[in-house]
Amino acid sequence: MLFSLLAACGHQPDPAVTRGAPYDPYEQSNRVNHERNKKIDRAVLRPIAKGYSAFVPDDVETVISNFSTNLSLPGAMVNSAMQGNGVGLTSDFYRFLVNSTLGLGGLIDVATDLNMPPATSADFGQTLYTWGVHEGPYVVLPLVGPNTSRAAAGRVVDLFTNPLTYLIEDPESYYVVGTRVSRGLTARGRYADSIDSVLYDSADSYAATRSLYLQNRRYKVGNRGSETYLDPYDTTAGAAGPGAAPSVSADFEDPYDQ
Amino acid sequence: MTNSITRRHLIATGTGAAFVAAIPHSALALDDAGARALVDRVVSDINRVIATGKPLGQMIGDFEGILRKHADVDLIARSTLGADANRATPAQMAAFTDAFRGYLARKYGKRFKEFEGGQIEATGVRQVKSWYEVQARVNLRGEAPFDVRFLVSDRSGRDLFFDMVMEGISLRLSERTEIGSMLDRRRGNIDALIADLRQAG
Repeated sequence: MLFSLLAACGHQPDPAVTRGAPYDPYEQSNRVNHERNKKIDRAVLRPIAKGYSAFVPDDVETVISNFSTNLSLPGAMVNSAMQGNGVGLTSDFYRFLVNSTLGLGGLIDVATDLNMPPATSADFGQTLYTWGVHEGPYVVLPLVGPNTSRAAAGRVVDLFTNPLTYLIEDPESYYVVGTRVSRGLTARGRYADSIDSVLYDSADSYAATRSLYLQNRRYKVGNRGSETYLDPYDTTAGAAGPGAAPSVSADFEDPYDQ
Repeated sequence: MTNSITRRHLIATGTGAAFVAAIPHSALALDDAGARALVDRVVSDINRVIATGKPLGQMIGDFEGILRKHADVDLIARSTLGADANRATPAQMAAFTDAFRGYLARKYGKRFKEFEGGQIEATGVRQVKSWYEVQARVNLRGEAPFDVRFLVSDRSGRDLFFDMVMEGISLRLSERTEIGSMLDRRRGNIDALIADLRQAG
């Protein structure tokens, strides 16, 4: 299936991105899932996350999140390798090395304190993007929430991309899952007001969520696109400084023209 | 909903293309340094407000002042209304812009409260089409820094920012969705939208 998608696309402009309006043919069923997810959030996730954030000290939450994020790095490294992103692969490798040793097994994010390059957070959805697969329709999945079809396919593959999942034995692997749940709750609790304002204060929370998700997802996917890659033959350092940061607004129209 | 966005977009693109051809881009007086200087002023103003740790109400007032001074709210407001701006009377436009500025200050002023103890620093600038994109980084306590870009133009006659893009999320485009939804909810009645907007955010 994947290869037929690949063959169909190549590196052409993605109509889902260039048409300017969301590509959302499943809007009706998406809206149903969106309302269900909101109910679950209101009844279960939000109260638990708020309680958890209030009960667990902030520093402890940060330590658990750091630990969980650190364990996700090898998965990102595998994806960077598949994307041919040697710079991202290297920077994630050093981040993992530094945080696993100086950072006491990932509990402390020493790499960020040392001003090392930010984690790539590469995922398989992004890998598909670099391979030329188009974004596909917007989908709202039960429990999981908003996704592009490409990101949803990537999530499934990413269940298998992290080499650590094959190394960590059974009782410990449950702790790893536990820290990921904790990281999710921390995020829901810490950004509670921002998330609430989108879900519960917007005139149309479905349209607002879709707009925010797609803008952010496209930024994440394209941000570390080929513009930031270093030529492997070009060994002079520093070519990826701030000046090389890709523009976020090149696809915008000039509003003064309207 | 989807249809109305498409329609607005098409009209916008059409008129946009016509104007781009008509305006010589060399007429721009703004440059890298000017754009950077504007954002430095905005950032230092915002940092000063965050650092005071004032009560929320006063912070929102200060933030509205920053918008008045440095942002092209007239343009942002017009652009969030899209094609509907063309059927609004000048009085409606003025009332909408005023209500919209207060709404922005309340909505985003609340978010700035979450930046308490944080710092924003400008890191770079580049020209994109007819505007300048100034890159900045928001450093928060105990969290990964995130990326903010200010889009600066002098096409209003003054150097003002007309968009703020956080981690790829554009304030102007997001508010266009939101204002579109609010207007749909009122079945296109602009006066009702203005009344709603004064309460929202």
